[in-house]
Amino acid sequence: MRRVFISGNTAIAEGAIAAGMRFYAGYPITPASDIMEYLAEKLPEVGGVMMQFEDEIASINAVVGASWAGVKSMTATSGPGFSLMVEALGLAIITETPLVVVNVMRAGPSTGVPTKSSQSDVLQVRNGPHGDYVIPVLAPWSVQEAFDMTVKAFNISESLRTPVVLLSDSVIAHLWEAAILREPGEIEVVNRKKPTVPPDEYLPYRPDDDLIPPMACFGEGYNVIVESLTHDERGYYKQDVNTYRRLVNRLCNKILNRIDQVFDVEGYYINDSKYIVVSYGSTARAALAAVRALRNSGVKAGLLRLKTLWPLKVGVIREYCRHADKVFVAENNVGKVVYDIERIVKNGEVLSLPLLNLDVPTPDDIVEGIREWM
Amino acid sequence: MDVEGSSVKGYHPLDKYLRTDRLPHIWCPGCGLGINLGSIMRAIDRRVREGSLKRENIVFVTGIGCSARTSFYVNFDAAHTLHGRAVAFATGAKLAKPGLEMIIIGGDGDIAGIGGNHLIHAAKRNMDLIVVMITNFVYAMTGGQMAPTTPRGLYTTTTPYGNPEPPLNAVKLISSLNPNYVARASVTHPPLIEQFMYRALGMKGFRFIEVLSTCPEIFGRHIGLRDPVTLYNTLRSKVVVKQNPNVEESELDWEKGFVLGEYIMRDNPSYLEILGRR
Ligand code: SF4
Repeated sequence: MRRVFISGNTAIAEGAIAAGMRFYAGYPITPASDIMEYLAEKLPEVGGVMMQFEDEIASINAVVGASWAGVKSMTATSGPGFSLMVEALGLAIITETPLVVVNVMRAGPSTGVPTKSSQSDVLQVRNGPHGDYVIPVLAPWSVQEAFDMTVKAFNISESLRTPVVLLSDSVIAHLWEAAILREPGEIEVVNRKKPTVPPDEYLPYRPDDDLIPPMACFGEGYNVIVESLTHDERGYYKQDVNTYRRLVNRLCNKILNRIDQVFDVEGYYINDSKYIVVSYGSTARAALAAVRALRNSGVKAGLLRLKTLWPLKVGVIREYCRHADKVFVAENNVGKVVYDIERIVKNGEVLSLPLLNLDVPTPDDIVEGIREWM
Repeated sequence: MDVEGSSVKGYHPLDKYLRTDRLPHIWCPGCGLGINLGSIMRAIDRRVREGSLKRENIVFVTGIGCSARTSFYVNFDAAHTLHGRAVAFATGAKLAKPGLEMIIIGGDGDIAGIGGNHLIHAAKRNMDLIVVMITNFVYAMTGGQMAPTTPRGLYTTTTPYGNPEPPLNAVKLISSLNPNYVARASVTHPPLIEQFMYRALGMKGFRFIEVLSTCPEIFGRHIGLRDPVTLYNTLRSKVVVKQNPNVEESELDWEKGFVLGEYIMRDNPSYLEILGRR
């Protein structure tokens, strides 16, 4: 255990190493590059490799390949790079490859404002690739959580055999805070399930009861098949409706069935609140300050912070918001997660607070927005 | 046709390297891809039998296309990945586990078209990979569009007024970079494919073999040689084999013909050696 004063991006790099990540591939992009720069120095010290590729497409494909070679792997990027990675994210989904993609959000669309913050990729990271699937998305709000959630992202990816997106933003990336870094013995580190049957009985996509297939890797004598086409349990391409349904349902349900392992929220002053602000990531820091300011002036306001942005556990969010007259969704974009909250919250009125601020949204922005509708 | 538990098993000495339950393959009668696969299997078999290659370390990585379907049929670790991305995928696997022998097979569209940037950078790094690029002069699986190697002027489904572009000479392109091995073979000369593959399997760094192949179904139709034997014999008449040919002779010109041979053979430090990971 070490107490350190570091940036959010460094905390992500440290969290990945603590979780056992030993292969990183990436392409320079603001505001994510310092994760790669830090790992270029640190990974060789622990026997790992950091590789700068010719583009983000190669980076994530190499990460998929490295994971199939049995090594925990990661890449980090920002919006424009994430757009290029979307295709191989789909490959990781259908081949059930454990890996972590960090998206340090900046303002878009397109090249946007590289040095400034935003939360505008929240829907892209969960819906980017074509096809049907569920990708877990976690969103830290502090340097400590950047470390902790990176470890959690790897643990989810390994145990559920899925890519996981860690959704940070420019504010968290370059925020310096005190944090406690724990070593592998002090944190839970999960590794993928390995086959327990001999190679001639092994089918690479035959799941156990938990819907997760044990994963043999390259060079272990199992003749594995990594297959991007719709496949049966052997990994053989099949185009019949039953194979397709079975695969797609399993890809979704293996995660939804274990949503408690993925989903997490945190409530502040919920019990007596007439007004609840739902927020996440760096914006939630301003939202908490706004809620406190409102309380100081006698308004019963509370905060529900989403630590997981996908999949959402409907019952939990609904329960938190059950007694509120109004639910405000404060996010640094035109209003995106608000669609989920509108779908989930049945009792109170749901209002969008789209902040669209290139810097950290201020508590005043949020207080004003709430007072307007109170 | 359902061939599960097929009686084909044990019929051929190289069956041990094939997933015979996936046969028959999807390739058209007269296609050169089976000749290529057989030749590569023979080279692997020689290496395995002489003890210089461990079977469980072999990984076939392919992208998308007729040639990429090779990974369906090999009884090794295999990855059928994304169009153009096999080289990038294989680079990651090799860096993560240096003991693996990564063999990438793909068509010219897959490897040098959509995947061209990855190909260039892998060759520039002298990355420890073997890339077998099957040049059949056309996009075959998608039904006959212009490919990077399509002869100038040819009518394809996307060049109804004739292909305005010159063909890509991948041998010359890769030779201008930092590979340890560059060769060109042809399905009309299977022992050459075997010999070049055998050589490549004993080397390190980036190894590139272009294999000229026949696609009677699509390219043959475009060029007016729909009969597989006629197309095969035509290609055969267009190739010459040379000892240590010069890169300047490597032009990829359907009219003038093709020079087969080993263009580059050297022992530069490979990427993994430079990283100290071999
Ligand atoms: S379309 Fe051409 S390349 Fe593809 S399998 Fe048929 S003959 Fe071979």
